[in-house]
Amino acid sequence: MRKPLTLLLVAVLLGVAGCAGAGAVGAGGRTLVVAIVANPQMQDAIELSDEFERDTGITLRFVTLPENQARAKITASVATEGDEFDVVMISNFEAPQWAQNGWLENLEPYIEASDGYDEDDFIPSIRSSLSYRDSLYAVPFYGESSFLAYRKDLFEQAGLTMPANPTWQQIADFAAKLDDDEQDIAGICLRGKPGWGESLAPFTTVANTFGASWFDENWNARLNTPEFKKATQFYVDLVREHGEVGASSAGFSECGTRYGQGQAAMWYDATVMAGTNEDKSSSKIVGKSGYVAAPVEKTKSSGWLYTWSLAMPKVASDKQGAWEFMKWMTDKQFVKSVGEKFGWNRVPPGCRESTYDIPEYTRAAKAYAQPTLDAINEATQENAMAGKVPYPGIQFVGIPEFQDLGTRVSQQLSAAIAGQITVDEALAQSQEYADTVGQAYRETR
Amino acid sequence: MTSSVLPSNVAAREETTPARKQAPARSTTWRRRLPLLPALIFTIVVTQIPFVLTVVYSFQSWNLVRPGSRHFVWLQNYVDVFVDSQFRTALLNTVLLTVFSVLLSMLIGLALALLLDRKMIGRGVVRTLLITPFLILPAAGALLWKTTMFDPTYGLLNFVFGGNTDWLAEWPLTSVIAQIVWQWTPFMMLLILAGLQSQSKEVLEAAQVDGANRWRTFASITLPQLSRYLQLATLLGAIYIVNSFDSIFLMTQGGPGTASTNLPFYIYQRAFQGFDIGQSSAMGVIVVILTMIVATFALRLMFRTFSVTGGVK
Repeated sequence: MRKPLTLLLVAVLLGVAGCAGAGAVGAGGRTLVVAIVANPQMQDAIELSDEFERDTGITLRFVTLPENQARAKITASVATEGDEFDVVMISNFEAPQWAQNGWLENLEPYIEASDGYDEDDFIPSIRSSLSYRDSLYAVPFYGESSFLAYRKDLFEQAGLTMPANPTWQQIADFAAKLDDDEQDIAGICLRGKPGWGESLAPFTTVANTFGASWFDENWNARLNTPEFKKATQFYVDLVREHGEVGASSAGFSECGTRYGQGQAAMWYDATVMAGTNEDKSSSKIVGKSGYVAAPVEKTKSSGWLYTWSLAMPKVASDKQGAWEFMKWMTDKQFVKSVGEKFGWNRVPPGCRESTYDIPEYTRAAKAYAQPTLDAINEATQENAMAGKVPYPGIQFVGIPEFQDLGTRVSQQLSAAIAGQITVDEALAQSQEYADTVGQAYRETR
Repeated sequence: MTSSVLPSNVAAREETTPARKQAPARSTTWRRRLPLLPALIFTIVVTQIPFVLTVVYSFQSWNLVRPGSRHFVWLQNYVDVFVDSQFRTALLNTVLLTVFSVLLSMLIGLALALLLDRKMIGRGVVRTLLITPFLILPAAGALLWKTTMFDPTYGLLNFVFGGNTDWLAEWPLTSVIAQIVWQWTPFMMLLILAGLQSQSKEVLEAAQVDGANRWRTFASITLPQLSRYLQLATLLGAIYIVNSFDSIFLMTQGGPGTASTNLPFYIYQRAFQGFDIGQSSAMGVIVVILTMIVATFALRLMFRTFSVTGGVK
């Protein structure tokens, strides 16, 4: 009895192996490895990728990781020129730096050879943030700026009106009035979780609009200026007095949960939050939010600029195949496929102007489509910063050292939010960190 | 660690077999060792070669995100590491975390083991329930504690005690220690329980006959008997807890500020967020050396104290 069973097992296994082999041969043996960040829009793309595999015969293997882990893995792989990934997902923080380092393939020749791939359709601010010497080195998948969401119903109850372009002082006053401990509703949700992509993103836009900057034009660290101190004190006080509980460990997703559960009256964060706020499966407050531009103090606007985009490492082996995939995922047709298959709220926003001409999309995203587009269009250094700075980026400092510097400074900020150290102590320590980095740039200039 | 133990053993064996001839002995020992060779080579490949490379990297200034920055700086990285105040904080945190976690989990484990050593109804069920924390994946355990226990809004702690304390922000290191103690108590308990159950009943009965009360029996008979198990528990616990990463990564991310950053997490940050290969390698080397020193001294100290006061061999 036992022997035939074993034989049967062997036969089945061989059969399965044979089929797998045949499948690989049938597909022409072309396999692409794609490193991608595990955000909802990317998950949708992975689900749709069967279509791409069917049309081109190229097999796709996705390496999907949360943002911080993906960034570490992709950076290490690309920097050591390990031929691990054919396509990588990077942001506008990495793209210009890596292009300058010669790690990325210039995409212009590929774009020119592709008919109907409308490069001029990309929103200009996003496009220029991914370019190096006027050539695109990464194609945007989605783009975002930052704005403020507020609960229209709570504002009405309290008899308050939100101006179209609020100042931070007004927001602080609103937060004080709407902060309701008994109902467990915080006045405002702001990120406090350490990480240069977490708390420092909203915080740096606040610092910018208060007239502060990380470095001056000669790379002197400016974290000890009165402006920077005023901005930090404002942010820390606001979130400590009227912010959410557990603020020092709250990032984008934690704030999203609180706001979505109706536990905050306002939330200043990335424009993509609108998609989750208005999604019935994740939010209890669908349709109750209004969206206004990022609050300002001394500057014209204050929203940040960020985009997740696809790039091709210079060492990638199958470049034509890689481009086919990048084209598929950032094309106009892809936007339509997502809208038709998953619903128009889930379309990757903020990278193609034509998306905002699709009637179904403008209807589904009525509350936030225009504010998003306006915020992205306005997000330039000229609009969002009071002075000139020697680095690219609005909510980040576009130098390689910033990942480390930003993380360290954000830890100090979190400690101040948690009340473990004072703002002065946090800034004194941060200024030291920043000065070490600035010194290296002063010397090499 | 083992080097201090080995020579005496080897010497003892050679003394007891003086009659054996030298030449055939050598060839047989080599024949005996041959099957071990693949394992040895494997160990060298996966542990020793990476370590040597790490030492080489630690002499270089090399930041991954700045191409062309790689050059030898020899001991500069080590100097930088010792000047770095954050490294010292991380070192202190590691010591606090390890000492308190090991001590607490051992005390609780001892108490639970003593209770479990008694006959009672449902002992098997209770034992299984007590072991469960150790069987849960460390990452899952850390996330459970973060959300179901410590969360200021949904957490059980605030539900029971009231208020809205943000435990992970106000008591970061204590919270992490609590989670680690929860995770490691069952391990300590099991080891100690094994020790308790290997006690001979006759000795205990004799003590009772001699009129020793419970406390006296525990202090003079049970504890010396347990000493070797306690040593083992301390050593194994310390080795694992020094390397704690999951709970800190998942619960506090080393924060707020650097309040709960320990060495493994700090090295991870320097290597994979700062991409500073040179400095993080130097830290790795320093940690290995420090651990070796501490482990050697701790072991010697333990063997000496226990063999004198305990009198158990």
